[in-house]
Amino acid sequence: MWPLATRLGLRSWLGWRRGFTSKADPQGSGRVTAEVIEHLERLALVDFGSQEAVARLEKAIAFADRLRAVDTDGVEPMESVLEDRCLYLRSDSVVEGNCAEELLQNAHQVVEEYFVAPPGNISLPKQDEQEPFSDN
Amino acid sequence: MAAPMLRWWCLGRRWLLACIDGGSRHGRGAAIGFTSSRKRGQTSVAQQPLITSQKSRKGEHEWAAVVGLEIHAQISSNSKLFSGSRVHFAAPPNSLVSFFDASLPGTLPVLNRRCVEAAVMTGLALNCCINKKSLFDRKHYFYADLPAGYQITQQRLPIAVNGSLAYSVCVGKKPSRVITKTVRIKQIQLEQDSGKSLHDELRSQTLIDLNRAGVGLLEVVLEPDMSCGEEAATAVRELQLILQALGTSRANMAEGQLRVDANVSVHHPGEPLGVRTEVKNLNSAKFLAKAIDSEIERQIHELENGREILNETRSFDYKLGCTMPMRDKEGKQDYRFMPEPNLPPLLLYDTESLPPGADPQQVINIDWIREQLPELPSETRERLIQQYGILPEHSFALLNEVGLLEFFQNVIKETRAEPKKVTSWVLNIFLGFLKQQNLAVNESPVTPSALAELLNLLDRKAISSTAAKQVFEELWRSEGKTPSQIVSEKQLELMQDQEALEQACHTVMEGHPQVVMDVKRGNPRAINKLIGLVRKATLSRADPTAIKEILERKLSP
Repeated sequence: MWPLATRLGLRSWLGWRRGFTSKADPQGSGRVTAEVIEHLERLALVDFGSQEAVARLEKAIAFADRLRAVDTDGVEPMESVLEDRCLYLRSDSVVEGNCAEELLQNAHQVVEEYFVAPPGNISLPKQDEQEPFSDN
Repeated sequence: MAAPMLRWWCLGRRWLLACIDGGSRHGRGAAIGFTSSRKRGQTSVAQQPLITSQKSRKGEHEWAAVVGLEIHAQISSNSKLFSGSRVHFAAPPNSLVSFFDASLPGTLPVLNRRCVEAAVMTGLALNCCINKKSLFDRKHYFYADLPAGYQITQQRLPIAVNGSLAYSVCVGKKPSRVITKTVRIKQIQLEQDSGKSLHDELRSQTLIDLNRAGVGLLEVVLEPDMSCGEEAATAVRELQLILQALGTSRANMAEGQLRVDANVSVHHPGEPLGVRTEVKNLNSAKFLAKAIDSEIERQIHELENGREILNETRSFDYKLGCTMPMRDKEGKQDYRFMPEPNLPPLLLYDTESLPPGADPQQVINIDWIREQLPELPSETRERLIQQYGILPEHSFALLNEVGLLEFFQNVIKETRAEPKKVTSWVLNIFLGFLKQQNLAVNESPVTPSALAELLNLLDRKAISSTAAKQVFEELWRSEGKTPSQIVSEKQLELMQDQEALEQACHTVMEGHPQVVMDVKRGNPRAINKLIGLVRKATLSRADPTAIKEILERKLSP
């Protein structure tokens, strides 16, 4: 099933996104449009595959929506469960690296110590023609 | 405060002409007028050049361009922002990559103290407000050179905000007036660099080198307060000089340590801002201004022909000299920003708020960093003007070349000659020779001591200035000889023998009675002829002023 973090992440992301697009889902309706599914699939490279999966997603959103029952007026949102921890500062010395061989063992294809990737980004099927992204 | 100079050129550019004080127009509507634009608190002169297109014969159609910049500067540090692998420009592929940089599961980011200090120092130098608490976020997008699928950056609450950068525009000819312009800095944030991709078109694949992945970057966002390519280029140059003076970044564009993206739009003054495009791949100072200007031209051209500007990303094609669309974004790119769950907020302190008994390695004191700030380029220029009485444009030129200021100061130390003389020799003759042979200051065959000695000879009037130039040429060509040696070898000393000089003058006067008559009749130019003749007779070894004095004495009744 969907791990909690993903559900919450998705819920917060959708809520955040609602603030952006005019074609947002109506508040609390729980229906996720095909357009949103397509957008999600492209962004997160998940595959919803079937209508069942979409239904599961909608249930997960509804479950997380129950957070709204809590009154959070005047409460500072928590940024991170680590917010009371001290951020450790490392001193600027070189202690890692020099393990090209080890790293390259993970690669499917290697050319002279370079990782090999397909040219640019490959567009997902059932999209319109899309130019491959050139160098960022 | 003096700041770098920018010359506005009245060149053949059809729409960019510098005319101050009234905006004189000539040609067919290709002119510029100046109007005061929106207020900018920090400049006394808030002006924006207007651009009139060539096509307007009917009515003057004025356009104003708006340019904002996003500058990425690689932090000069030994190790990367969140890992302990080395930061170095050239190394075998993937040899400077740690497990974290390669995004292997189970690795976590650990913040590099030096990078935070660099960010704070840069923020202070740019008059920013340093946020005592800043947060890290993830910016998600898929690309092969970003192994994690996200970049750790500071989107919500960056480390520094609301600063300013001052640069100078030099207008008019002699005397040239200096206008200081300011561009506001929206924010400075810490973020990770991505790896490098090499595109192999032939085999339809991309080769990935992660040496650069994870290197610390300072992203400096400049508000759209600039109005043309030249202003943008000058602002970037000044930022480069500041970063180099602070030591926070080597800011070498050729090595990719400084990368600039521009946001460009055009509009009619008084109307709302137009649609902006983003111009990327501006990796050379030379082409920065050109790319921005060509994009402005393109936008004006499109709009005047009734077309619309798309909100897209374009890159500058050096060979074609214009911008080309880079990638089509299906709508706006959605980066799905989220807080970085593995990093607590970054807390900075000042002397007041420093917790007692804290481990000094683990806390950063903003006040302490402020005290360590070195002299900034604008302060250096001002100091040079005050100390040596040189012109602002010379002050700028001295700072504009690596090592030139040090060379200049070393010469000044060892010579009695006036600073103005030294400046003239260093900036015109010395720099001229360097540029001719494409050498850096530290590759110069002439040492500061040698030049100082030469200038001393000149100052003592032991040689004439023509002779001095000859000596300099010889110094350049043959190493190891001192100026005095060259002078005696080539017999370039000025004639010190007063009697012999008097004799020479006498001989010339005897030999050219007609010219003498001209002088006596009051022809002011005739005496120059006599001086020339005496110089020739003495093989250019006599000081012209001395000759003139003797002749005048002899010729007076």
